[in-house]
Amino acid sequence: MSSRSAALTVAGRLTSFRTDGFPLIPTSILGALLFLAVFANVVAPHDPEVGILGERFRPPVWQQGGSEKFLLGSDHLGRDVLSRLIFGARVSIVVGFTAVLVAGVLGTVLGILSGYLGGWVDQVIMRVTDTWLALPALTFAIFLAAVVGPSEMNIVIILGAVYWTRYARVIRGEVLSLKERDFVRLAIVAGCSKRTIMKRHILPNVLNSAIVLGTLMLGVVVVTEAALSFLGVGVPPPKPAWGLMLADGKKGMMAGYWWLTVLPGCCIMLMVLSANLLGDWLRVKLDPQLRQL
Amino acid sequence: MSAPPLLELRNLSTHYVSARGTRVVRAVDEVSLTLEAGSTLGIVGESGSGKSTLALTILRLLPPAARITSGEILFDGEDLRAKSDVEMRRIRGKRIAMILQDPMASLNPLFTIGDQVAEPVRVHEGTGRAGAWSRAKELLKAVRISAPESRVGEYPHQMSGGMRQRIVGAIAISCSPRLLIADEPTTSLDLTIQAQYLNLLRDLQRQHELALIFITHNLGIVAKMCDQVAVMYAGRLVEWGPVTRIFDAPAHPYTQALLGSIPRMGDGRERLTAIEGQPPDLAAPPSGCAFHPRCPQAMAHCHEEAPPETALAPRHTVRCWLSVPNPVQPAPVR
Amino acid sequence: MKQYIAKRAGFAAISLVLLSITIFLLVRLSGDPTVLLVEPGASQADIEAIRLQFGLDRPIWVQYGHFVSSLVRGDLGHSFYYRTPVLELYLSRLPSSLLLASAAMVFSLLIGIPTGIIAAVRVNRWWDSAGKVFALLGLSLPSFWVGLLLILFFSVYLGWLPSSGSGTAAHLLMPAFALGWYFAAAHMRLTRSSMLDVLGSEYVKLARLKGLPEALVIGKHAFKNALIPVLTLAGINLVIMVNVAVVVETVFAWPGIGRLLYEGIAFRDFPVVQATVILNGGMVVIVSLLVDILYAVIDPRIRLAR
Repeated sequence: MSSRSAALTVAGRLTSFRTDGFPLIPTSILGALLFLAVFANVVAPHDPEVGILGERFRPPVWQQGGSEKFLLGSDHLGRDVLSRLIFGARVSIVVGFTAVLVAGVLGTVLGILSGYLGGWVDQVIMRVTDTWLALPALTFAIFLAAVVGPSEMNIVIILGAVYWTRYARVIRGEVLSLKERDFVRLAIVAGCSKRTIMKRHILPNVLNSAIVLGTLMLGVVVVTEAALSFLGVGVPPPKPAWGLMLADGKKGMMAGYWWLTVLPGCCIMLMVLSANLLGDWLRVKLDPQLRQL
Repeated sequence: MSAPPLLELRNLSTHYVSARGTRVVRAVDEVSLTLEAGSTLGIVGESGSGKSTLALTILRLLPPAARITSGEILFDGEDLRAKSDVEMRRIRGKRIAMILQDPMASLNPLFTIGDQVAEPVRVHEGTGRAGAWSRAKELLKAVRISAPESRVGEYPHQMSGGMRQRIVGAIAISCSPRLLIADEPTTSLDLTIQAQYLNLLRDLQRQHELALIFITHNLGIVAKMCDQVAVMYAGRLVEWGPVTRIFDAPAHPYTQALLGSIPRMGDGRERLTAIEGQPPDLAAPPSGCAFHPRCPQAMAHCHEEAPPETALAPRHTVRCWLSVPNPVQPAPVR
Repeated sequence: MKQYIAKRAGFAAISLVLLSITIFLLVRLSGDPTVLLVEPGASQADIEAIRLQFGLDRPIWVQYGHFVSSLVRGDLGHSFYYRTPVLELYLSRLPSSLLLASAAMVFSLLIGIPTGIIAAVRVNRWWDSAGKVFALLGLSLPSFWVGLLLILFFSVYLGWLPSSGSGTAAHLLMPAFALGWYFAAAHMRLTRSSMLDVLGSEYVKLARLKGLPEALVIGKHAFKNALIPVLTLAGINLVIMVNVAVVVETVFAWPGIGRLLYEGIAFRDFPVVQATVILNGGMVVIVSLLVDILYAVIDPRIRLAR
């Protein structure tokens, strides 16, 4: 990172994105999922939450017994799998992005305060961070879900509450080294207030790391949401979340209704894999210091 | 002078090549020199001048990005470049040993001193556990470590820096090698321990008829220890010859500058920054003679062509246009 | 070493206290804790009795004191569903959980360490790239989906392995694989990077200078040093596995702690959920402490420090 304003560096790095193995496929997949999420109402052929009981467990169209009405088959309530997958993308994207954003904003702000102010502020924030980190994320999320009850909104809050610590740790470390840099010292000498320095000089310079971390966290958050929904403490039914579909699909698995298990999992995998690949690439590109992460 | 030299390097070059082959760094470039059995050579130069790479080239232990691109390494009359990996392995530690710069980091923290000292003996001479262990004690005694009986069972972190350096020395001489290369062996030691260590190395040299190569940037050590000195600049050997000759009458401007920068005894102030300018970037070296941007006697021709190796005496060579018999017009550029 | 252990134990104690405060406060701050602590469908009189029993009308520090003293006495409440003390339930499920986690750990180390070493020794070659793909897949596939796919393939189509339950080695196979998969990738990554660090060290250079065969350089000098961070991580991961196993145990109906937690949620049995989280969190803290001590035993620099 240069010592100039990092907002410029981000822009500069973004323009040189063409070069050096830009992960085109992962980005396209994420883009496609985003498109499906936004236009789910238009794209999906059926209502994802209403089924036809006479058309239960229809296999995908290419298998015997499949019909063109249900391209990817239907589930135990006769609901269209394709439509549920499309609306499921909306749930995953909305929950995933907002949770990452909540965790990111909370963690970055606390990380900057902790690193820049030091002293007791740092002590308090870091002790809480350490204890939070000692709690295994999934167990902690399940506990919180049990306390506040399941809803889409609560899932976002829970995931934000569980994962902010990872940002706080990394951002704090970065702020500690930024504090020693000339441009920050210069700002102190020039008489800038702490608030101004944190906002104008520190924040833009940790943004790279926050973006990289956020992309990598997207995968983690999506998997955790799916796991919570799978266990019945995530997105409440009949909403079409991928994790919930897997839980439902398990019921038909022993009878060989493979599409109810394989397809939602494929969607989760595609999204997580894409986010991880993009994150890895961004990490190398934007923030060489994070390579060891 | 009639016996063949122990080590002879002929036009040896080692280049680092970047992953895509786009950048080439000539870390060692056309180096030629000879070393007799039992004598001592000092290799001096700034950091990054290729000294350490030269040492690793002789032992063929270069990092993967480096390649020996040309030349010969004749050791005891055999070309080491033609040896297989297994043959080279049998030479390392047995016939050629090396002491690394950092005694703190050269010993493995998880194994006992005895284990590490005895290792070369066990591998090269097939000595059993008990035999190697008693040999380790003898070696520790030879490098003047007190109470070797108990020290063999201890771990590196329990030793002082000076002791660790002597242990590294014990490892080096464990198989009675013919040649010992020491890479800045004393930089991390304080002055008294430095002197003790140098004396120890000299005693070992006498007892074992070792040839020594000292890699250092301390000309004081060269003056004290060495018979010959080789001065490296930007991967090239700019001057090579007997210490007495070169210290009395250095032929290359870089050697002259180096000698001018030695802090003298009783000279109150230390004058360490005698040479102006930055060391060259080896990935993009200056044209012609690499030293010309910093050379006080640079001529127009120095920009254009690298000087050839010129023999001033049978065992004294220099690479400088000033020493070429027919100098091109001596027009100073600065 | 005694001083080192005392210091670590002190940190662990602080973590435990903070953990209890966190759990306690989260339950109180979420609203009316009686809703959670009272059996679903309890009468108003029962609710009042619980209020009195937990002192929920008293100041919050009194309540915390009450909470901690019950914890110390080992009283973690009674399960609404099983009608037994939660601690008993937890302890009865622990062996199953540990068995599954150990099997998954053995699997993850058997895969992770050798592939990590090969990737480091052959860095940037074909093996290394293959390892990177493996690591990426391992870290991206949710364990419960891997579990479901395994059941679909090995139980439903091939009929080779039982799809759920426990008791035989065949029952253990699929859950251990599903659970260990992610960790195999994590252990491979760490082995690779730690091995690369060690291979660049001066003592490995000296080992080569001694003329040791490459097998001895890697197998003796590099391996033991590179293993320390991996084993540290593995020790902590064993507990993490007990925790993450909740989804895998649910998939395979494996009677461990994860399954207990799942039942706690499914049957709205809050004392079970709370106790499991506290005990799991405590276990992480204690095992981290044990790993630190073990680390000290392996590494003479700490073992012999006075």
